[in-house]
Amino acid sequence: MSSQPTGNASSTAREPRKPPHWPADGVTTSLIETRGVSKSYGAVRALEDVSISVREGEFVSIVGPNGAGKTTLVNLLTGLLVPTQGEVYFKGRNIAGVGPVALATRGMARTFQLVEIFPQLTVAETIAAAVVTRQGKRWRLLSVLLEDAEIATRVAEVASIFGLSSRLATVSHLLSQGEKKLLDVASAFALEPQLILLDEPTSGVSTSEKHTLMKTLVDATRTASVEAIILVEHDMDLVASYSHRIVALSEGRVLADLPPDQFFADPLITNVVVGRRGGS
Amino acid sequence: MMRGSALLLVAIATLSLGLVPILAPPFYANLLVPFYGYAIALLGFNLLFGYAGLLSFGHALFLGIGAYAAAVIAGIWGIKEFEVVLVGAALAGLAAALPLGWLAVRYTGIFFGMLTLAFGMLAHSILFKFYHLTGGDSGMRIPRMRLFGLEFAAYNKIELLAGPFYYYCLTLSVLAAFLMWRIVRSPFGLHLRSLRDNAQKAEYLGVRVRQFRLAAFTISGIYGAIGGAILGFRTGLADPELVYWTHSGHLVFMTVLGGFSNFLGPVVGALAMTLLQDQLQSLTQYWRFVLGAILALVVIFLPRGLAGLASDVGLRLGRRWAPSAAGARDTA
Repeated sequence: MSSQPTGNASSTAREPRKPPHWPADGVTTSLIETRGVSKSYGAVRALEDVSISVREGEFVSIVGPNGAGKTTLVNLLTGLLVPTQGEVYFKGRNIAGVGPVALATRGMARTFQLVEIFPQLTVAETIAAAVVTRQGKRWRLLSVLLEDAEIATRVAEVASIFGLSSRLATVSHLLSQGEKKLLDVASAFALEPQLILLDEPTSGVSTSEKHTLMKTLVDATRTASVEAIILVEHDMDLVASYSHRIVALSEGRVLADLPPDQFFADPLITNVVVGRRGGS
Repeated sequence: MMRGSALLLVAIATLSLGLVPILAPPFYANLLVPFYGYAIALLGFNLLFGYAGLLSFGHALFLGIGAYAAAVIAGIWGIKEFEVVLVGAALAGLAAALPLGWLAVRYTGIFFGMLTLAFGMLAHSILFKFYHLTGGDSGMRIPRMRLFGLEFAAYNKIELLAGPFYYYCLTLSVLAAFLMWRIVRSPFGLHLRSLRDNAQKAEYLGVRVRQFRLAAFTISGIYGAIGGAILGFRTGLADPELVYWTHSGHLVFMTVLGGFSNFLGPVVGALAMTLLQDQLQSLTQYWRFVLGAILALVVIFLPRGLAGLASDVGLRLGRRWAPSAAGARDTA
């Protein structure tokens, strides 16, 4: 995955992402990591002592049966929740409960299992919403969006990467389910995140389109500034095909954190946690 | 081509309105002056409702703030420059909108609506009860003011309203509409629409939902206060009925009548309501019943309002005359 943004046709080059202005809480070589994270909801212990890390250049998948704690872990990683115990660090900063807005501006993006779009906005406007954030133009009340060449250029670039160039003027609710998925992910990529978390991106997509969609996503990271990907997925074929490492959760605990070849070589993991490879 | 047609329509409508004092009896120009007050207020109201997705049931509060600001500045302080009154009204609207909005935008849907309704009712009670400050149900007098430093002493009140002040308000409305057009077409406007459609997704794209809702509430409050100052100038009075909840209902009525998904829909609704109410009042004592029936019919058969109907007719005519140009999206 490229760590540099792509060039663009605009005469005004985009500035590379600047490091945070505040000092880091701790020293880490990871882009994102959890340190002994636990999360309880009353008497229910959703996560227990989870320590994982994702480094630059890695594609890490999180797998596990329903109720294993994947959603809780994802919500902790994306700053939605505060852990009951432990810490979550992104680029050396504790991100417990900072919320999605702060993380979007710090270099993290997320997509959802259920496709999230803006029904009344066009494809171009949806992508532009993220570009506006990335270019720091959200408080421009009197400049006309359509006249901003820098935004338009970036929107066209992102749309091209995701094969949505011909749908720019289409209102989002009129898109097919697959196109909505692509748009959901494309808008997240338009933030130029360093880390993107994909929550079951192929959910609801036909089997024949899953690999096409995943290939599009992975190819997009090579042309964008994404440095790491976290994938939450049930489809083990996809997980095996793209992951550098696979983190398996079971009953709130980390059962395994291994490269795919070691992961699938362990029958305990494949049989107890995720079932047979090749089926969900 | 669609945008060019819309601009042409707006230009024709503006020109037509400009001809009213020349071609029609002064009664009609005088009748349309409050329309401009409502038009400006509704541009702000629809920023909050149509673009940010927040329906306020107490927005007449800002009309009252504008009118009472005019009464204080011109009537009590003796500053009779209408430009100063407009700035004062805008500042008063801003000062009221910030704290009220800070509270209100923590909520959405019916809770936001009820909270704004409560603010309006509280304001009505305060204006009504504190008569030694506000004149109570008698209100506060708003004296005649100067326009661009000109007294227009030779004009009586009707002539002033149907002449110089009419054109003043028309120009102010055009400027206010242009400014609002820039706002809704800006990156800020795009983020507003995104949070209207899906606040959770918007947050994940870095949209500061609560801050933007507060900004929209504040801008709408400023526009409402400016509209209220115009209403106050016309009647010469600021009274508690301006902020009563039924007056807020009129704002909602006008917006729905004209169509909240169209930029100028609420303005069209204000014009339609102004003319319709005048005609119905002269025809029947049951004019409120008829207005209510009209609203029901609009909601059922014309959910996009009169402006939406006009837009659909325009689209069909456009397809008939130039089929290859069809399909361009109306982002209003």
